[in-house]
Amino acid sequence: MRLPGSVIVGYGGYFLLADWTLHELSLTENVLQIIEDAAQHQKFSRVKIVWLEIGLLACVRQESLRFYFDVITQDTIAHQAQLKVIEVAGLGWCEQCTCEVPLTTRYDPCTRCGQYGLKIIRGEEMRVKELEVT
Amino acid sequence: MCTTCGCGTDKIRLDGKALQQHESIGNLSHQRAHNTIDAHYHSHAPGMHPERMVKIERDILAKNNQYANRNRHYLCAHGIFSLNLVSSPGSGKTSLLVKTIRALQETHNQPLAVIEGDQQTDHDAARIRATNVPTIQINTGKGCHLDAHMIAQAIQQLELQNDSLLFIENVGNLVCPASFDLGEAHKVVILSVTEGEDKPLKYPDMFRAADLMLLNKCDLLPHLTFDADLAIKYAQRINPALQVIKISATGGEGMPQWLDWITAGCRKTFITKHLPSR
Repeated sequence: MRLPGSVIVGYGGYFLLADWTLHELSLTENVLQIIEDAAQHQKFSRVKIVWLEIGLLACVRQESLRFYFDVITQDTIAHQAQLKVIEVAGLGWCEQCTCEVPLTTRYDPCTRCGQYGLKIIRGEEMRVKELEVT
Repeated sequence: MCTTCGCGTDKIRLDGKALQQHESIGNLSHQRAHNTIDAHYHSHAPGMHPERMVKIERDILAKNNQYANRNRHYLCAHGIFSLNLVSSPGSGKTSLLVKTIRALQETHNQPLAVIEGDQQTDHDAARIRATNVPTIQINTGKGCHLDAHMIAQAIQQLELQNDSLLFIENVGNLVCPASFDLGEAHKVVILSVTEGEDKPLKYPDMFRAADLMLLNKCDLLPHLTFDADLAIKYAQRINPALQVIKISATGGEGMPQWLDWITAGCRKTFITKHLPSR
């Protein structure tokens, strides 16, 4: 699992890419825990597809998420499951203009008045939506 | 190392003792995972079950947030004012904490306690313990942040006093600790002037999650090209409500304001605890 230009380091038994953040590793572990909890309650033994909802302002790198997901789910009920990500675009609220403003980063100014510090109303989601299971 | 799949089992340690793992937020229950898959292979023929969709609709951090709410409720009910100190490695967090504790010991008689988070070693906890404040070290092993379940266990072991002050020094990392609510009253982000002014823009999550920014090592400003006003402007662009104190753990600049801020928080926590419940 080597990507061009990346350095591979041994880390806790896994092989991770040194220039990738660990944030997504924690998130992936939580995703697996949610899946395992659901498997106990809803009686399934194999997951084929995992649907996640990830906001574009949530600072989650999808490439990292997919990489860690493949590593973390080895020898679990989600082994070789497909990870599908529904992206949620950022949306802010400007108090001054009382209008919704599309956001590409958390600190975009209002497109009308230029004011910073908009209230984020969408785009920070990190949810497990549904699973296709057998 | 796990003998079934070979994956890492770096233990989370509380003062050197392994933390109970079965409910841990950030760690795989390997044995459970293997049992589940083995049971599947042993008891069912492949292809017996048709595919179906299962609705989950759960926040990825839902479990952590449940523990965090429990911690917050406990801390508020006991009048404990808790601060989660977050920063990059090397920002001077531990030195600042030691200075803060010594200053509080001179001027206040409020009981203090510290939860110290690091991936490895108890060097920082040893520095804090030298102040005679009850301290517990959490070694997160492969984890890059503290989570609310670790804090719940640490709180139990520390036997915190009512109406006290709890400092949580998080693992040096500006990314992951932003997402993990511990149940603290406030996150306090420490940025040192030996870093870049644009760090708030590079790591916006943390500066958005914090209520106070301490701009540390300000005694070094005359020797650097660091533009403090620009750093503050960037941080408040992310979070307009962010309060800022320029501080120097070594020189003492800004320490009175920081101590006043802490004292005001303790007083507010005390009053909230004693408010008649509606």
